[in-house]
Amino acid sequence: MFKDWLKKDDKSKFRDIPDGLWVKCPQCSQIIYSKDWNENFKVCIKCGYHDQLTAYERIDLLVDYGTFKELDKNITPLDILGFVDTKPYLQRLKEAQESTGLKDAIITGEGEINGIPVYIMVMDFRFIGGSMGSVVGEKVVRIIERAISNRKPVVSVIASGGARMQEGLFSLYQMAKTSAAVGRLDKERIPYITILTHPSTAGVLASFGSLGDIIIAEPGALIGFTGPRVIEQTIKQKLPEGFQRSEFLLEHGMVDMVVERKRLKNVTYLILSHLWRKVW
Amino acid sequence: MVERISPWERILLARHPKRPTFSDFLAELFENFIELHGDRLFGDDPAIIAGLGTFENESVVIIGQEKGKLIQEKMKRNFGMPHPEGYRKAFRVMKLAEKFSLPVLCFIDTAGAYPGIGAEERGQAWAIAQNLREISLLKTPIIVIILSEGGSGGALGIGVGDYIMMLENAYYSVISPEGCASILFRDSSKAPEAAEMLKITSEELLKLGLVDEVIPEPNGGAHEDLHGTVENLRKSLRNILKKMKEKEIKKLLEERWMKLRNYGRFNEEEVK
Ligand SMILES: [Zn+2]
Repeated sequence: MFKDWLKKDDKSKFRDIPDGLWVKCPQCSQIIYSKDWNENFKVCIKCGYHDQLTAYERIDLLVDYGTFKELDKNITPLDILGFVDTKPYLQRLKEAQESTGLKDAIITGEGEINGIPVYIMVMDFRFIGGSMGSVVGEKVVRIIERAISNRKPVVSVIASGGARMQEGLFSLYQMAKTSAAVGRLDKERIPYITILTHPSTAGVLASFGSLGDIIIAEPGALIGFTGPRVIEQTIKQKLPEGFQRSEFLLEHGMVDMVVERKRLKNVTYLILSHLWRKVW
Repeated sequence: MVERISPWERILLARHPKRPTFSDFLAELFENFIELHGDRLFGDDPAIIAGLGTFENESVVIIGQEKGKLIQEKMKRNFGMPHPEGYRKAFRVMKLAEKFSLPVLCFIDTAGAYPGIGAEERGQAWAIAQNLREISLLKTPIIVIILSEGGSGGALGIGVGDYIMMLENAYYSVISPEGCASILFRDSSKAPEAAEMLKITSEELLKLGLVDEVIPEPNGGAHEDLHGTVENLRKSLRNILKKMKEKEIKKLLEERWMKLRNYGRFNEEEVK
């Protein structure tokens, strides 16, 4: 089932940690040989900790090798409000672009999942905390519009701290814009699957992130509307262990399933094969 | 217009202890109000009041966030910070409006959706997202009025509509200026600077095209002159409801989508 993955081993983009080094698991502190770390998709072989993936790593994980075609690369961010905090927004954007090689916090495109053609959008937490401003909103909507015209399912992978403050109310409104687009997709009866990874919070969760026909969560991901620190400050008590983690959300009926990373592609494929069997 | 009031001063006005709350506008603007309780799923959220009433002899559905006045009422209403059941109640009453072809008026006044354990357990994000998706498709006119505080997703959860009005001294923001100051400026005392940067006043949001109309508050503001403010709002509501009534539902929904679709500004580089 992961033959695509294994086949292309030396072309994999899972290379930000070179082979021949050692990685310390952030959760259990186990020292792991970097080759094993990469080959296990950045999941700790001892404790199951799921480390964050970049957008392109995620695409490598989910999309059949050689089928991904990126779209709307030319949509890039603007400093609409002339926002300056400890740094100008423009400088933050430039730094994020240089350190990640991305233009903004989402990569969108088309590809195949075990042969099923899909549109896919993947957020990248490294880019200003995976925050949603005008670019993320627009790219999400364009992908959904294409999915409606070309009748292909949509898969989204969330990794976001919420709306991008530096674009003010424009960012908040992206929640309404993306959700309304999902509403149109919904009416067309085209499958929409969302995969919630660590973290999936605030404005992105409270919009296109939680609107999947099927919602899958990766183990141990923080998923919630308000971050735990703000809740603790508000209610003035410590939160219980595991609060707002994937397993908690499963227990409370908010996600369909918690799926470990190595099964993610196949589970997504199986869901699509059930929901979309007549069409492709 | 008199001298410029800073964004931070606007926030202080929006939060003024004497500022009228939704229930004052409810009493002044509508007759025959019948409150409807509960989301039919979990409970009734007193932070959101929903019901049926008449506006100038026409039946309408009214939904509003209420902070409460005296301390007991404030506590009962959770200071106007809704739980998921509040958003779900609002939506189920909107479905009623759709079914019986009544326009919906949503009044916003909240610091935000409540950040608590129960709210997370019952899917705060899910409740808000479902409202955003479903309200965008609701087959009846929706007018949104930002009364005082438009606090982020908690406001937007009942804030999707065909026409967005804002009282002059209200603010509407992606995050509270205090929250923004502590995250981005790393100093919560920088809230006035954050308020300036975030562009949250009615005047600025009108200029940016993010609200459609500003309702003037005469004689120093709604806390000084409720009656004058109500009369200005009444006039605007009358005008917009008349226009909405004349519009075909199909056209209304198409325009609502285009309005939402076009929010956002970005570069689009030419593809070589
Ligand atoms: Zn580990």
